[in-house]
Amino acid sequence: MDFDDAPAERDFRLRLRAWVAEHNPGLPTSSTDDEYWRGQAACHRSLYDAGFFGVSWPPEGGGQGLPSVYDVIVDEELAAGGAPPRPSVGYLVRGFIEHGSDEIRARFVPGIVSGRDRWCQGFSEPDAGSDLASLRTRAERHGDQYVVHGHKVWTSYSDDAQWCLLLARTDDAVPKHKGISAFALPMGQPGIVQRPLRMINGITKEFGEVVLDGARVPAVNMIGEPGDGWALAMTVVSHEREPGELGYVARYSQLVGEMVVRVRKEPGAFAPADLRQLGWAVVEAEMLRLHVRRRLSERLDGISHGSEGSVDKLLMTEVEQAVGHAALAIGGSGVGSGDDSWLRAYLYSRAQSVMGGTSQIQRNLVARRVLGLPS
Amino acid sequence: MDVRLSPEQVALRASAARVVGSLGPHVVSDLDDAERAGQLRRAVEDSGWCELRQAAEGSEPVATAVEVAVVAEELGRGLADVGFLGPTMAAELRRRVGAPGAPERETVVLEPGLVGLASAVPNEAPTGVAIDAAGASAGLVLVSGDGPGPRRLGRVALERGRTQTDLTRVTALPGSPSTAVDGVGALDDEDLVAWLALGLAVTCADLVGVMAGAVELARRYAVDRRQFEAPIGSFQAVAHMLADAYVVTEGSRSVALYAAWAVDALPLSEALAAAALAKAYCARAARNVCEISVQVHGGIGNTWECLAHVYLRRALLSSELFGGAEASVERVLAHRGIPVAAGSGHGLR
Repeated sequence: MDFDDAPAERDFRLRLRAWVAEHNPGLPTSSTDDEYWRGQAACHRSLYDAGFFGVSWPPEGGGQGLPSVYDVIVDEELAAGGAPPRPSVGYLVRGFIEHGSDEIRARFVPGIVSGRDRWCQGFSEPDAGSDLASLRTRAERHGDQYVVHGHKVWTSYSDDAQWCLLLARTDDAVPKHKGISAFALPMGQPGIVQRPLRMINGITKEFGEVVLDGARVPAVNMIGEPGDGWALAMTVVSHEREPGELGYVARYSQLVGEMVVRVRKEPGAFAPADLRQLGWAVVEAEMLRLHVRRRLSERLDGISHGSEGSVDKLLMTEVEQAVGHAALAIGGSGVGSGDDSWLRAYLYSRAQSVMGGTSQIQRNLVARRVLGLPS
Repeated sequence: MDVRLSPEQVALRASAARVVGSLGPHVVSDLDDAERAGQLRRAVEDSGWCELRQAAEGSEPVATAVEVAVVAEELGRGLADVGFLGPTMAAELRRRVGAPGAPERETVVLEPGLVGLASAVPNEAPTGVAIDAAGASAGLVLVSGDGPGPRRLGRVALERGRTQTDLTRVTALPGSPSTAVDGVGALDDEDLVAWLALGLAVTCADLVGVMAGAVELARRYAVDRRQFEAPIGSFQAVAHMLADAYVVTEGSRSVALYAAWAVDALPLSEALAAAALAKAYCARAARNVCEISVQVHGGIGNTWECLAHVYLRRALLSSELFGGAEASVERVLAHRGIPVAAGSGHGLR
């Protein structure tokens, strides 16, 4: 057992550290800032070109086929160097790799991995949130194309995306989970209108809604067979729940570290209860760091976590929201200091128990699939 | 980076699980079965698990703290009513001062706050409690001289033990005045910090086992117990409590594993910080998880016959030993350069 880097890992870490020191784009390190989203694409490409992105993915998709622990090293070094986190596109890549034909994979995966193509995920709808399978966007076949009508919402990065991983109903005659198909939909076309949504912390770049009114997608852009969309969606959301798959987990330790620095400058200014709140945030952030190491090590045995992803998503949520509460305790509302960055971090943390499947849905999954409780 | 257990550690876990599974208590009344408890005690004696921290070659222990934690977790999961923590902590002290192995089963005496080793003035009985004292005839204490300076290890006879709070582990009061442990060196502060880190890490592993056992007990009950013509585990209000309990048990497992590894692998202050951090998380989680187990059992969970309270009681003691959740959080903050003394800060915010 070894929680430390093996020599090859250490080597990789030091190379990356040197690269970050030289190439830090100087963007805000938190996705709670619109500036971050403006620079994220360029950042992704330079990270990939330097050989530090997608390292654990298969070489045919533009990766390097290294063990997943290398992703964690990337996350830690980016956070420690004050650079923006690793772009979260792993779940798209896993969806394509597990469900796409060879041709679909060859067409789309390299562009996702390299950052050349920007993607959004057209899953949720106004009336299909937790109950995703009841989605009503429909795609009708006309010759060698499908024509799409519907409304997607809570669509991350929709304003930047050239492509949308779209779920649409292609068959009404079968049970709802079985009539859904997945498509690679080109975004820049007249039948698509996208509008940014403003999140509770004020940012506008992260989130959008997409109205599809006669959008067209070539039939060859279907991923899998007609009716295979639900299986792809489940792959995507289960990877979307894994802290090891997401680039931003190391940010929690970084944020906590910034709070510690701030408190050390002026320790007398904080009530013991607020300091304890910070103490718990330190504990939580470190727990997740170690937990991710354990999970990635289990993968070396070929154990891949389907339902355990819900466990990890709940842990990640516990951490982000504990860090958010500490930010509120240490930074306050910002009214007095004029600095509301801590408040914004707190407000953003509330989304973690909703996005990628609410905590209530995750608990249902843990109860049924991990604990084997009856439904 | 590879934090999997080795094949030998996996085998150790399996053999501990086998012993506890066949000889540990399965219902509360088993705790009164002296014949069973005797068989369990002999099986643990034969296993050599209590000697893992004895000196092997040189001053290195027979096994790392990870092996100790692997055994501790299984003993906690099975509510094993047998000495392990106490003898292990005593063996660690003997190893650190270069003393020979204990002539007969012994444990450690903690000061009344249950955090540090009890101190004794020569020829006086110390104040404190001998923990996990089943079968132990003596307990180790610190013998402080009149002034500052290195402290020596002393040994006191124990009064007859009894179970209180934790129904699975015996505590005893120190009896006679202490006598010096023969032929041994002195304990310095570093020895005591390392010893504390081991104690925190092993109690975390015990708590992980206790949590896993308490969750499984409640899970089985929620599958079997029917109300409103359905298993109660089919109701979200019940299922979500159990899901939460399982989730924090998994988080606890990750921090506890790191703490155990850190004892022998990291510099002292890092090892102590890792152990305190793990203890904060595990102690808070364990009370929560065991309370959920009691709640899922409903009225039955509030009767003596239900094992849920036996888990809760064991969790409460393991949490308190060497420092509980709040004390450990303060230790974590102190390690990051933030002191939290009561009343510190004028609390403007």
